[in-house]
Amino acid sequence: MKGLPPVLITAIVLVAGFALCAMQFPNIASTRVVGNLLTDNAFLGIVAVGMTFVIISGGIDLSVGSVIGFTTVFVALAIERWSVPPLVAFVAILALSVAFGAAMGAIIHVFDLPPFIVTLAGMFLARGASFLLSTESVPIAAPVYSTVSDFALRMPGGGRLTAIAIIMIAIVIGGAMLLHLTRFGANVYALGGSRTTASLMGVAVGKMTIKIYMLSSLLAGIAGIVFSFYTSAGYSLSAVGVELDSIAAVVIGGTLLTGGQGSVIGTFLGVLIQGLIQTYINFDGTLSSWWTKIATGVLLFAFIALQQGLVALARRPVRKSAGATT
Amino acid sequence: MTALLPRRGIAQILALIVILAVDRVVSPQFFDLRLQDGRLFGSLIDVLNRGTPVALLSLGMVLVIATRGIDLSVGAVMAICGAIAASLADSHGLPMVLAAALGAGLVCGLWNGFLVAVLGMQPIVATLILMVAGRGIAQLITEGRIVTFSSPDLVWLGNGSVLSLPVPVVIALGMLILTGAVVRGSALGLLIEATGGNARASELAGVGTRAMILSVYVWCGVCAALAGVIAAADIMGADANNAGLWLELDAILAVVIGGTSLFGGRFSLVLAVLGALIIQTMNTGILLSGYPPEFNLLVKAVVVLAVLLLQSPKFSGLAAIAAPLRRTKA
Repeated sequence: MKGLPPVLITAIVLVAGFALCAMQFPNIASTRVVGNLLTDNAFLGIVAVGMTFVIISGGIDLSVGSVIGFTTVFVALAIERWSVPPLVAFVAILALSVAFGAAMGAIIHVFDLPPFIVTLAGMFLARGASFLLSTESVPIAAPVYSTVSDFALRMPGGGRLTAIAIIMIAIVIGGAMLLHLTRFGANVYALGGSRTTASLMGVAVGKMTIKIYMLSSLLAGIAGIVFSFYTSAGYSLSAVGVELDSIAAVVIGGTLLTGGQGSVIGTFLGVLIQGLIQTYINFDGTLSSWWTKIATGVLLFAFIALQQGLVALARRPVRKSAGATT
Repeated sequence: MTALLPRRGIAQILALIVILAVDRVVSPQFFDLRLQDGRLFGSLIDVLNRGTPVALLSLGMVLVIATRGIDLSVGAVMAICGAIAASLADSHGLPMVLAAALGAGLVCGLWNGFLVAVLGMQPIVATLILMVAGRGIAQLITEGRIVTFSSPDLVWLGNGSVLSLPVPVVIALGMLILTGAVVRGSALGLLIEATGGNARASELAGVGTRAMILSVYVWCGVCAALAGVIAAADIMGADANNAGLWLELDAILAVVIGGTSLFGGRFSLVLAVLGALIIQTMNTGILLSGYPPEFNLLVKAVVVLAVLLLQSPKFSGLAAIAAPLRRTKA
């Protein structure tokens, strides 16, 4: 399997990290803490799945955090102010997100612009639009919200697997199946390997690009809904910087930032590692939250350096043979 | 065109004039200047003063982008260097404070340059590391507090005046002249453009592309450090969380507005700084007009898209296709 070694390393880091934390604070090794870890990072996990597709295809999506923020505000206003039924509001915002992603993908493909700057404009646009809707935090009191928040599967040991954690796990499994088992997934890898080659092999590059950004924005929209369940409110400043967290999770999960390689499971493990760092810092109590950032930065560096080394190793014989033929 | 007005800059200059005119409509006193205590005051001076950090950042950023790179960490570097300057200000003299802050910026730039030039990482990713970790480091320096200081020397750097102009503006102007002299007065600028145009071909032609890439990131770090010191001096304190937040995006935007392609190659220092001024003039205009400042983001998004579409080769391709169509209609 191509993507296995980096994922394996991520898994080892996660297990070793968890063991170290559990040695220092035995309470970490309980289903309660694990359940909370999944709940707290549910929205990040969902976004990161979309980001995995985008990055494997050789792109990047900086707009996801803003889309989450816009979604929470839109949903809150739709339900509370415009008295729209929650389900209708969800469908509307997801349709809006998909259209937003399609527009970004279309601009990237048609005008041949770097995804980085197009999605950056998208990030400004979505954040600005959510500010225009409301700059205040809008609480959501709809009955659906309390039902969903109260719903949880009991795990042995008193842990609660909440509804949003279940949604996240379902999306991770669905995303993994879509990426690894379908023609769509194979095309995503092909695009990341080389656009020209993919196009010559008959992949509809334009359609694929648009679909990939649609998927990323759709998942960002779902993450926004999940985030509004998590906080029971809509706030235009929510999820600032989530794009960086999700890119970090994808990289730590062993996905190559140049595209062409990676896996959804790795990304899921990357999200868990970030959550674990956060949990450790919470348990410690004396460390400030900014240690999370430093630790994430160090991990990012370690994994990228590792990838760089692996890629250099993999390219060496190829370069020689290419030199021989030309 | 004439030697004074390069053809490339006309669109930017026109844009600035249009925005200034809009600002004049919104606020009739916009062009009023008055001299008070040996210093000029007025909206125009305010635009220059507020635009200084982004202008400084764009000076470094434009060189990085010219080599086909990008530096996302400049905001975080600003926070680090501002924190260092603020924590040293009351116990050390100004030269020491400046040396420490600029030295830190240099080290940050060296780190980014090392990752990109030596390890061969993608610039977005390499600088993302410092962007994420940098704010943590800045908070480590300030110990999570907002460090304030009262050293008159450093305060002067943010609020004083030279020749009736605010000191930050003079510093930015000085940096522009210095960078321009070094880059355009020698072959350096050409070599940087060559590196961005085609790194492999330049390498084969004998350009030290690694040294070029390393040095532009170092320069970007130093510019960011200076911007950080000025931002800290302006508010007489260092806020590790908010100093330079999102300014990396403004700096990139300024460079893009200035007509430098994100795919590397030709660049213009003056137009990048002009881009920074255009952004600030828009910001000030929106504030003066009484629209919520949140409106800024929407306007910026539209501006970026418009500039990008105009720059896109495909767009001119579309125009070429559309031209004969129009002719057949007429």
